[in-house]
Amino acid sequence: MEFHTELLPEGIVAIAGEGRLNMVSAPELRAVVEKEIGAGHTRVVVDLSEIEFIDSSGLGALVGCLKGARQAGGDLRIAGPNKQVTMVLQLSNLDRVLKSYGTAGDAYRE
Amino acid sequence: MTRMFLLRVVVLLTLLLGVNYVAWRWVFSLNWDAWWIAVPLVAAETYSLIDVCLFGMTMWHARTRPLPPPPPEGATVDVFITTYNEPIDLVMTTALAAQRITHPHTTWILDDGARAEMRDAAAAAGLSYLTRGEEWDDRPRHAKAGNINNALMATTGEYLLILDADQIPRPTILDNTLGYFTDDRVALVQTPQVFSNVATGDPLGSQAPLFYGPIQQGKDGWNAAFFCGSNALLRRDALMQLGIVGYVRELDQSIGSALRNAARAVQKSRRHPAARNPAVLAALDAVALAIAEAREQLRDRAPFAEVTYELHRRVDEATMSIVAVDLASMEEDLREIRALAAGSALGTSMAEHLAEVNSTVAVLATRDLSPLNALEAVQAALRAIAIDRPDEAQPVMPLATISVTEDMATSMRLHALGWKSVYHHELLADGLAPEDVGTMLIQRLRWAQGTMQVLLRENPLTQWKMALPQRLMYFATMWSYFAGYAAVVYFAAPIVFLILGILPVDTNTFDFFVRFIPFFVVNQLLFLIAGRGVPTWRGQQYSLALFPVWINACTTAFQNVVLGTPLGFAVTPKTRQATGAQWGLIKAQLVVMGLLVIAIIVGVLRMVFNDAEPIGTSVNIAWAIYDLVVLSVLLKAATYQGFEPKENLS
Repeated sequence: MEFHTELLPEGIVAIAGEGRLNMVSAPELRAVVEKEIGAGHTRVVVDLSEIEFIDSSGLGALVGCLKGARQAGGDLRIAGPNKQVTMVLQLSNLDRVLKSYGTAGDAYRE
Repeated sequence: MTRMFLLRVVVLLTLLLGVNYVAWRWVFSLNWDAWWIAVPLVAAETYSLIDVCLFGMTMWHARTRPLPPPPPEGATVDVFITTYNEPIDLVMTTALAAQRITHPHTTWILDDGARAEMRDAAAAAGLSYLTRGEEWDDRPRHAKAGNINNALMATTGEYLLILDADQIPRPTILDNTLGYFTDDRVALVQTPQVFSNVATGDPLGSQAPLFYGPIQQGKDGWNAAFFCGSNALLRRDALMQLGIVGYVRELDQSIGSALRNAARAVQKSRRHPAARNPAVLAALDAVALAIAEAREQLRDRAPFAEVTYELHRRVDEATMSIVAVDLASMEEDLREIRALAAGSALGTSMAEHLAEVNSTVAVLATRDLSPLNALEAVQAALRAIAIDRPDEAQPVMPLATISVTEDMATSMRLHALGWKSVYHHELLADGLAPEDVGTMLIQRLRWAQGTMQVLLRENPLTQWKMALPQRLMYFATMWSYFAGYAAVVYFAAPIVFLILGILPVDTNTFDFFVRFIPFFVVNQLLFLIAGRGVPTWRGQQYSLALFPVWINACTTAFQNVVLGTPLGFAVTPKTRQATGAQWGLIKAQLVVMGLLVIAIIVGVLRMVFNDAEPIGTSVNIAWAIYDLVVLSVLLKAATYQGFEPKENLS
């Protein structure tokens, strides 16, 4: 999967992908986020609005990226999950950890 | 069909006659004058009755599965070969065989020893090779479970085949098993572990034909076939789900208690000398308020990431405020100096200057100059409020790490999440078993310790998300590891009678036999029918003869789980460790054998010269001889010189 990154104001970086965030694309997402964090963009929002489907490996990648961002003094947030993604977040209880924001722009708004 | 019916009749009969016998033993035939041997004996008999009941339940649904459908279209598979210190040749034999598996796959050598020769050998053969990353340095490595968890993050196959370095796979291992995954709820397919380097008669009891056969088929009938660590296929999505759910559960437990500790630490530090400073006191108030609000948000089920992020932001703010106050006077001085400098030279703009001071503050706050950092307890407590599991290399740990037998704990959690497992009864890998008694003993000890750790940490009986039969299937295996205590009693009872003349059973011969014999006969019949002709005697011998190992496992696992004492974990060596007979390893059993021989001699002498009661004495002599025959397996084991393939003998 191709991930697009976009710099938002205040050094926030939005990362968006299209299609299935699964065991195949999860390592790619991790690599993209690691690269951004390495470049000093530690406040990350993963835009899920164009993600049709997520599996447990996709969730694992989000958790792994969250760890990376926190250790670099930043944060990782998620935005715009569709119905299937929201359901997977609930089934895995990961909604207890990550809050879903409406859009990437909302994620770091006070 | 008729065999199943017969089996169930025998199971019911065993239950009925067993309860009849043991109840009579407790109520009517206990020799209270010799309670010290009588009560342990009847307790051991009760233990055995429960054991055989659980076995009967296991057999109730024993099923032979029909062949699975063909593999799912386009299934991607990673084959993991786990190794730590096994010889390179041995690992490569397995890896090259894995490469020849016909279904498309990627073969990985997961080398926990990070050996250069291993890496070179893998590269030369075109195999993928993985070791742990630096994130594992100074953190718990979790042995094989950690090795596989590490690999799960670096690979992408939909299904995983796990192989120990000494389990050589056959080419059809994937073709014949992947089809089970066409059922979306199947997470695990376990195939048998059978060893090809075992001498006739299996002196070390390496083969487990009853377990990799009727018992696993029986557990499978209750949807409770176990994961046994090797020769098994797993669905990645199920494992990852296990990891995520475990991660959230871990946070749920740790964050609540970390917040409580932090609140307590703040209270305590109010009495610290540094708290006399009003700025520090104000910061402590701010931190206390932030903690209190975080706890309230969690009670309202706000997401952990949001709560902890906000908390740490407010704590940082409070920390900065102290440093800022400390720096206020310093800043005053700076301003004067700069004003003087500006008078004479180009100077710095006010904005630049302020930015400089702010960055100084930020740097100071993160270093240990902050007065808040003097209050280390607060800092430490705050650090523990983390959602990235800083104490672990990976936040998500799919394979369970609560036990040295990660396999059983993992399949139990999969079942608790509602996944299905399959036992596929076809030999698809040829294993290499330990070839000396010392290595065999270490291996058995490790299995038993791991099983006991699972029992103590996640007692299956209280895993409410599993169905009751599933819980009992796990419990049955754990229960069998208490056999060491029963064995001691079974060895002691005839010795006590023959030498001291004390009979733990208070009855006449007829009453005893009329209850005992029918139970004994159906019990043997049950094993005969359930076993379907597989040799079970070796297994029966070892379950009693290894009593010191089982007892050692129970006590060390208890000390480990309850008191935190390390287990003294050892990887099973794959090559022979020593030559010559190894009597030192079976000292306890040799002592018992000596006592049994003396007891038999004394018993015979007393019968001949002392008018000892002939029937009771004969029964006990027979019992002691039986015990000796059971233990005799160790004489062969201790002198066993390893496997020699037949062609080498000619």
